[in-house]
Amino acid sequence: MAEPHPHPDHLWRNPEPRRSYEVVIVGAGGHGLATAYYLAKNHGITDVAVLERGWLAGGNMARNTTVIRSNYLWDESAAIYEHSLKLWEHLAEELEYDILFSQRGVLSLVHSQGDRREGMRRVNANRLSGIDAEWLTPAEVKAFCPIVNISPDVRYPVIGGTLQRRGGIAKHDYVAWAFARKADEMGVDLIQNCEVSGFDLDGGRVRGVHTNRGLIAANKVALCAAGHSTVLADMVGLDLPIQSHPLQALVSELLEPVLNCVVMSNAVHVYVSQAHKGELVMGAGMDPYNSYAQRGSPHVIEDQLAAACELFPIFSRAHVLRTWAGIVDVAPDASPILGLTPIENLFINCGWGTGGFKATPGAGWVYAHTIAHGEPHPLSEPYALERFTTGALIDEHGAAGVTH
Amino acid sequence: MLIPCPWCGDREDIEFKYGGSADVAYPRDADAVDDATWARFVFFRPNPKGQMTERWVHTAGCRRWFTLVRDTVTHQITTA
Repeated sequence: MAEPHPHPDHLWRNPEPRRSYEVVIVGAGGHGLATAYYLAKNHGITDVAVLERGWLAGGNMARNTTVIRSNYLWDESAAIYEHSLKLWEHLAEELEYDILFSQRGVLSLVHSQGDRREGMRRVNANRLSGIDAEWLTPAEVKAFCPIVNISPDVRYPVIGGTLQRRGGIAKHDYVAWAFARKADEMGVDLIQNCEVSGFDLDGGRVRGVHTNRGLIAANKVALCAAGHSTVLADMVGLDLPIQSHPLQALVSELLEPVLNCVVMSNAVHVYVSQAHKGELVMGAGMDPYNSYAQRGSPHVIEDQLAAACELFPIFSRAHVLRTWAGIVDVAPDASPILGLTPIENLFINCGWGTGGFKATPGAGWVYAHTIAHGEPHPLSEPYALERFTTGALIDEHGAAGVTH
Repeated sequence: MLIPCPWCGDREDIEFKYGGSADVAYPRDADAVDDATWARFVFFRPNPKGQMTERWVHTAGCRRWFTLVRDTVTHQITTA
């Protein structure tokens, strides 16, 4: 396991908000920070503020299970997630910060004939998109990840698996801090404890935001608030097809290295990896009901632990150290919404639901482009809000896994 | 979370299935409505931070549907 990286002496300033900016980004999570970074880096727009009602990267960025992969089914998804994965592959050097990105492989277990057909179809689709994907037999699963139980004598035996070797994990806090530090260095103001309470509208055009620290004018306002997207959108009369749900995760105590990759199982429903520090990090399905509580029901934890113990008998004596939940913003087709809105100069990035972390650099890249040019990036064009009216949905419920 | 089934009383939420927002009306004169109206009916639902009126079904009990008002921040339920 890697040694903890020493923290840099300086990360970012804590400036007072100015009266106006070219671009105001609402939400200093991973996506908001990456967007600010790429606005400055790719488009030379540094007159930017990122407003955060709490502390920087303290929402879903601090609560996710850090799985990174790009093996999605549909072309639109494969393109944007693969763009993101390619950015991950050089992010540490670019941001000059060791984000502990580890391409240890993401293994998705297959337990039924339905799973198997879907898995093989996805492997083939991925290869056609130029994304690495492999089909593994149970013996190959065992060879790649020795602690997986491939016995036929369990309720849902492992009958195969798909593997993306380039997938993996990264250290979530470092990712946020790395983007924040570089954005700050280029002149972006990161403003914490600054909650948006309304929008300053002029006809059908936005020209600023009201906050607990006064009115902040902006030529462009970019929403990036994940689970709270509809709370913001409601303030400005914008309807979003988004529902907010709890998504729980948990960690064990610190253990010796036992798990060398990310393992997912949609059928018995758990995903697990071992963080650099040594704890097992686990997640599963979101709770079904709408919630902003950042906690969920105990039976969801119980189910995922039962699944984990059947797949990995060695885990049966590990202890749950901590459980928590994030608020995930889910669109009807389990794909993000990224682009323009009916309100002029107001942009939206939301709906990443259960899988936003892996998209952090990619989403930031295309969102920055969209904001800078006032028109969608080619990769995000299919993710426009209009798709719910035209019917051109990007249905990733199956291939994304139930959660992703 | 304990859900108060109107027929069975307080039961664990694992016994229930969630039906999402209540009061979603099928469009009147369905043949005449435009795509935007259909989109609203099919895909757009309230997502309040606070009081939410919603449907639940007691699948592992009496199997009947009912409506609740629940706070999405505290999970406190006030039966509608």
